[in-house]
Amino acid sequence: MNRKPRHNAPRSAGSGTQEGYPARKAILEAVRRAGVPASPLPSITGVRDLEPGDLISRFMASAEAAAATVQIVETGGVEAAVRERFPEAVSIAATVPAWSFEQVNPGTDVHTMAQLDVLVCPGAFGVAENGAVWLGESAMGSRAAPFLTQHLMLVLDRTAIVPDMHAAYDRLDVAREGYGLFVAGPSKTADIEQALVIGAHGPRSLTVLLT
Amino acid sequence: MHDAAQNAGPVDHAGRAARFVANADQTTWHDSVLWRIREKRDAVSEGVQGWERLRDLASQIKEHTLSKLDEYLIEFEKCAAANGVQVHWASDAEAHNRIVYDLLEARDVRRVVKSKSMLTEECGLNPYLEARGLEVVDTDLGERIVQLRGEPPSHLVAPAIHVRREEISVLFHEELGTPAGSSDPQFLAGAMRQDLRARFLAADAAITGVNFAVASTGGLVVVTNEGNANLGAHLAPVHIACMGIEKLIPKPEHLGVFLRLLSRSATGQPLSIYTSHFHRPAPGRELHIVLVDNGRTRHLAREDFRASLKCIRCGACLNTCPVYRRSGGHSYGATPSGPIGAILAPGRDMEKYATLPFASSLCGSCSDVCPVKIDIHAQLYRWRQEAAREGHISRGKRLGMNMAGWITRRPARYRLAGRLARSLLRYAPRRLLYGRWNVWGRARDIPEPPARSFGEWYAAERGKK
Repeated sequence: MNRKPRHNAPRSAGSGTQEGYPARKAILEAVRRAGVPASPLPSITGVRDLEPGDLISRFMASAEAAAATVQIVETGGVEAAVRERFPEAVSIAATVPAWSFEQVNPGTDVHTMAQLDVLVCPGAFGVAENGAVWLGESAMGSRAAPFLTQHLMLVLDRTAIVPDMHAAYDRLDVAREGYGLFVAGPSKTADIEQALVIGAHGPRSLTVLLT
Repeated sequence: MHDAAQNAGPVDHAGRAARFVANADQTTWHDSVLWRIREKRDAVSEGVQGWERLRDLASQIKEHTLSKLDEYLIEFEKCAAANGVQVHWASDAEAHNRIVYDLLEARDVRRVVKSKSMLTEECGLNPYLEARGLEVVDTDLGERIVQLRGEPPSHLVAPAIHVRREEISVLFHEELGTPAGSSDPQFLAGAMRQDLRARFLAADAAITGVNFAVASTGGLVVVTNEGNANLGAHLAPVHIACMGIEKLIPKPEHLGVFLRLLSRSATGQPLSIYTSHFHRPAPGRELHIVLVDNGRTRHLAREDFRASLKCIRCGACLNTCPVYRRSGGHSYGATPSGPIGAILAPGRDMEKYATLPFASSLCGSCSDVCPVKIDIHAQLYRWRQEAAREGHISRGKRLGMNMAGWITRRPARYRLAGRLARSLLRYAPRRLLYGRWNVWGRARDIPEPPARSFGEWYAAERGKK
């Protein structure tokens, strides 16, 4: 792709920082001129759940409320659980070699990923208050894979569940990988008369396997 | 409508609302469906310990960030650049649109997929790109529906909330070839899924909005339920994320506060389905961020109104507003619409949006549900005063207010006016009382006048003793 510099302002090549942009200078100066009085940054206290209870059952209840399916399986039983859940599936893939399925990696062709029936990924940890699972880039094979597959299955260690989003960010080194996300259910929309439709653009179902 | 596209004169909110309520069934449905979202928000937030404390924290974090916004912008830019992200700055809508277009043009982009971004609506990016020959496809289902209808979104979170399924059925029959008369939401959404899959796979570039930008890591957080922003950004070789400068927060730990509030306030979900954190472009790909001012720094300088820059675009104030629910998003003629739109839009263009602060009963419900505790109803009231000061209210209203001021200034005048009004209400013909001048009486009956005023009654009662 050719990349002709077209802005009528200089750019420092490659750095992405445009010291010379007149807009940058104007915006920063206008912010300073606005004269917003100093205001302290509060510390995040008084919002954590002090008695989070049984994290596994809370996680399961939250995930199921978001239309995900949660199953408890033994560590060695992941492949069997996948095949049992989707007996008709033709194309099943995984993002790590721990399970004996086809592998998806950053080089996998987009159209191959678009043909996937089921993708199995290892989740890093779960959040009890909302049923979300953190998925880092290295766990998704390719960034687009967890969105292109028809059904997504996340394998999660049942001891890796935190109570709430505060604990989640305590645990997470969010910039360690170039991309990562919380997945909290199958893709959904309510844009037609607020009627819930599961399977909007991404996966039509989400299954969390707790090992 | 789009700020940039809609250049025709001041917005007549009352006139537009009158057209909306002309369809009584539609108005009743619109009112009730939005109220249900408000109820879901109440139910899910009641389950959170320390919900009010969360709102306080969110408000204070934003207040702090706005007080040092220059430092956080510089920190964000530095970290993002170190991550291989290219940062651009735009002073206004025109500059934003030009930067995006130049990036696309330099890469021979023809097909663009877009996910929800109120900023690009505010800037009128779609018409700008389309006028230059690009194909721009909105990929959020609701946004795609309004795009195919040639309309702006009517709600921050549910862009097509004003459209009924029968209308979508006809639209999809014409645009996607679905069978005539099929109006099942699952089926219609499935047809759009098929259509957009192909467009995601063929796109040359993706444009997304930004929910939060983290200064200390240079990262962007984008939240969706449908997965459309993710498919777009991950499949296209170029991802351009457009954000207002007020979207910054200092650190990742602050995401915990805002994410707990955002989806609960917006849709009653404890978390939206996909909360994506973008820090570096995928190998061989490009990630651009456009930081946009477009009146935000001007707004920041207004002490009485700067708190509205804390907004996280959840739409809770729309769902709870008795006026919004019964007048529809398009009556505001601005993006965003609703109470938050009514305090943001006059700051951009008072002449055009002077009627919006009056589209409120000042009941204060908007302020009560706001997850970042913006004093929305108090700002609406202050904007009314600004509008009056700058001469943006109608002659009738100004005359009425001046007269009321003149009458109430002297007790004797007030007593006389009261006596006159009571006998006028009793004896004047109905045609006169409900003439064109009586806007209030158009849909209401004037109350039965009492025989005497409280003052007269009190004086008489005292005399008896």
